[in-house]
Amino acid sequence: MYDGGKITAGLVIFLILITFPFWYNRGKASTTPERPYPKDQKACVEATNYMKASHMQLLNNWRDNVVRVANRIYTNKNGKTFKMSLTDTCLDCHTSKADFCDKCHNYLGVLPYCWDCHLTEKGKT
Amino acid sequence: MESSRRKFLKIAGLSVLGVGAKPVLDSLVQAGEPTYATDQEALEGTHWAMVVDMKKCRDDCRDCITACHRGHNVPEINNAKHEIKWIWNEDFKHAFPTQEHEHLAERLERQPFMVLCNHCDNPPCVRVCPTQATFKRKEDGVVMMDFHRCIGCRFCMAACPYGSRSFNWFNPRNYLDDTNPDFPTRAKGVVEKCNFCAERLAIGKIPLCVEACKEKALVFGDLDDPNSEVRKILRERFSIRRKPGLGTGPNIFYVI
Repeated sequence: MYDGGKITAGLVIFLILITFPFWYNRGKASTTPERPYPKDQKACVEATNYMKASHMQLLNNWRDNVVRVANRIYTNKNGKTFKMSLTDTCLDCHTSKADFCDKCHNYLGVLPYCWDCHLTEKGKT
Repeated sequence: MESSRRKFLKIAGLSVLGVGAKPVLDSLVQAGEPTYATDQEALEGTHWAMVVDMKKCRDDCRDCITACHRGHNVPEINNAKHEIKWIWNEDFKHAFPTQEHEHLAERLERQPFMVLCNHCDNPPCVRVCPTQATFKRKEDGVVMMDFHRCIGCRFCMAACPYGSRSFNWFNPRNYLDDTNPDFPTRAKGVVEKCNFCAERLAIGKIPLCVEACKEKALVFGDLDDPNSEVRKILRERFSIRRKPGLGTGPNIFYVI
């Protein structure tokens, strides 16, 4: 081993660089964003835990039903009916897209393109 | 009671089966799965069509175009290469190229014809769409677009013999002053066209253009219903369709 010193030094630098994010952020655990829940509503279209985990599947089913099958009315497990509409139903309660959707999506680095087309407020694009 | 290894294993096996089966049975008998249904107000029809009475249509009127484009957030782009069209005006010779001749009535020659997607019986756009973003509804014959699935390949634009489809070269929101929150805008890179106001039919309303026409030149109805107004007009008066020789079976009829 002729260049042992250089190799070892290179390995040490490599290890420092690759572990940099871990020790740089040591002790500073980031907190999950607080989302404001609507005050005037007690329940979402489905149970909160289900919505947290599966709102994207639900919205996907809604979109396929509305656009492709012309079904507009959703009846949940408890028999309550809702109009399947992102702008009307979802945003009726979760009035602030920035506070409710964006906070969590930004935290997770998820960038859905719902709002490229769907509108959040009247007269605004 | 005499106990043997055989008996012990039997009981143990049955217990495991019982414990394991519970969640399976629970999921099977779970009460009330979510269901999807149509709006009760929805218009019922099995073959939607429109009749355009060109004798009632005024040359200077753009009410139907304005209502449609405003209602569907269609951007106004003043560049023929980039414009988005759901309903627009066309000369007779361009709308009906095979039926034009040099002794055509002067009125028809100068009159702008209101044209839109023909919601064909045999739509070529549906056949060529690789993602099934464009599809024909079996229930009522409306040729629909699922903007979510459009990949912007523009095969449909090449296939449509009526030029009824437009491509969004730019983000349409940059060209919209005011938006209708009840209908989404489109995104850059997506093809769009008239959807026969499917979103209104679903809640029991007739298409925006028909509603906006003060002259009652546009009539919307079900071709399968012999008592519908469209059938009545088609029974009594001579009507033409755009490029009938292509075999696409347009469902927009023009009474001239």
